[in-house]
Amino acid sequence: MRLFGFQIPPVFSLLFWIALWEIAGQYELAFILPPFSDVVSELFILIQRADFQDAAMLTFRAFVIGMAISIVLGIFIGFAMGSSRMANSVLGMWVNIFASAPLSSLVPILMLLFGLGQTTIIVTVVLFSTWIIALDTYAGVNHISPSMSEMGRSFGATRRQLLTKVLFWAALPEILAGVRMGLIRAVKGIVIGQLLVSVVALGRLFRTFSDNFQFEQFWALTIILFIFALTFSSAIGWLENKVEYYANTRG
Amino acid sequence: MSDVATAAPLNPASATPENIVEVRNISKFYGSVHALDKINLSFPKGQMTTLLGPSGCGKTTLLKIIAGLLEPSDGEVLINGKVVNGPGPERAFVFQDFALLPWATVLRNVAFGMELAKVPKAEREDKARHYINEVGLSGFEDKYPHELSGGMRQRVGLARAMVVKADVLLMDEPFSAVDEQNRRKFQEDLLHLLAAENKTVIFVTHSIEEAVYVSDQIVLLSPRPGQIHSIIRPEISRDTSPDDIRRDKKYLDAVENIWTDLRKYLD
Repeated sequence: MRLFGFQIPPVFSLLFWIALWEIAGQYELAFILPPFSDVVSELFILIQRADFQDAAMLTFRAFVIGMAISIVLGIFIGFAMGSSRMANSVLGMWVNIFASAPLSSLVPILMLLFGLGQTTIIVTVVLFSTWIIALDTYAGVNHISPSMSEMGRSFGATRRQLLTKVLFWAALPEILAGVRMGLIRAVKGIVIGQLLVSVVALGRLFRTFSDNFQFEQFWALTIILFIFALTFSSAIGWLENKVEYYANTRG
Repeated sequence: MSDVATAAPLNPASATPENIVEVRNISKFYGSVHALDKINLSFPKGQMTTLLGPSGCGKTTLLKIIAGLLEPSDGEVLINGKVVNGPGPERAFVFQDFALLPWATVLRNVAFGMELAKVPKAEREDKARHYINEVGLSGFEDKYPHELSGGMRQRVGLARAMVVKADVLLMDEPFSAVDEQNRRKFQEDLLHLLAAENKTVIFVTHSIEEAVYVSDQIVLLSPRPGQIHSIIRPEISRDTSPDDIRRDKKYLDAVENIWTDLRKYLD
């Protein structure tokens, strides 16, 4: 951005909004918006609280397990759809339905099925992220130039070698894009899910804070979640950049 | 046209050891499209045979059938007198679009055939370095394909095919994605390299000059369905310099004769 001929670094936009927030908070323009400085100091208190740490650990562990399952399952389904016409016609419709369906409404049912603990969070993550990973993997497999697998076969690759040494790497840029989208959907899934039935983990904290008009804590928790989602998504983005050089040059 | 072989298709009983590759009665249909029709061909050991013809004559299809990458609808392919189904270590393929692994260095790409065959890393990299040097790419071992020009990428593809010690080299329009100047240099280097290796080469091209320049034997295919039109042996001496070859009367005559034959297939 340029202002009066000066180059403005992007971070200034963030600082501008934070300043606006701080002013709005200090003048008590809206009761849900406490000053930003109060939110930040509350954030540091919050991350030291035992109930927050328990909730965060439970959610985080379940999130990682759920993502691991989604990635394996999604890649498997995507490759099955990409390499077999039958698998594509059997699975394709369901994957597309699940990838676009409003899954949040299913979360309360999952809680009835799997209880209020870690299992529900894992299932939520898997349900929210697997399908987009499968769809992107499928797109990646379809995008591979036929001469790549011909090359593998002509140099004597076994089926397994062809998958692990050629096709997986050739589809990796799309797979990573799918993982990043899946990850963002999973974060949404967890937050929405926990809010809908706010008796577990972070969802309960959110409910407590908003019910008791503790907006400093509420915003602090929101910011923590934002940072968490952004960090994960940038980590995948960094990996994507590392493989992008060949995504642009293949075929 | 005195240099057209008269009895082109050989009879199936003569699987002589001199013919390392034999194609017998190959037909190929893609659905209702008749791509190849009863092709019979012999490829003499240690020689360079070009499959030449207008687009749609099935020359790449025939090459891929010989490679074992495509199934013929009918007929069989013999390597060293044995019927083969699918690819094998006695054949190596050079791809029109190079088909290099973009995530692997030149060294790993060249050694990839041996990596699949589980040759120990030190050994396969040693051998790969030798051929990287042979194709004139030493110093580029740690570069990635996207850092190389088209001509250099195809040199990697050639080194990868040479290093696996296959007797038969199958090349599918290997220079079509290479610019004209590099193409000439590459043709000269290829002949030089092959002279030392005693390889049998089957080469697909649509360039008449290229076919005559590199080939011992040229198979002219006619289109729809692909059939053998004629087999030409240019009989050009390869002992002289590349420039002399391109001025040789036999070279110029062969180019002219093939052009006369092919132009009737053009619209």
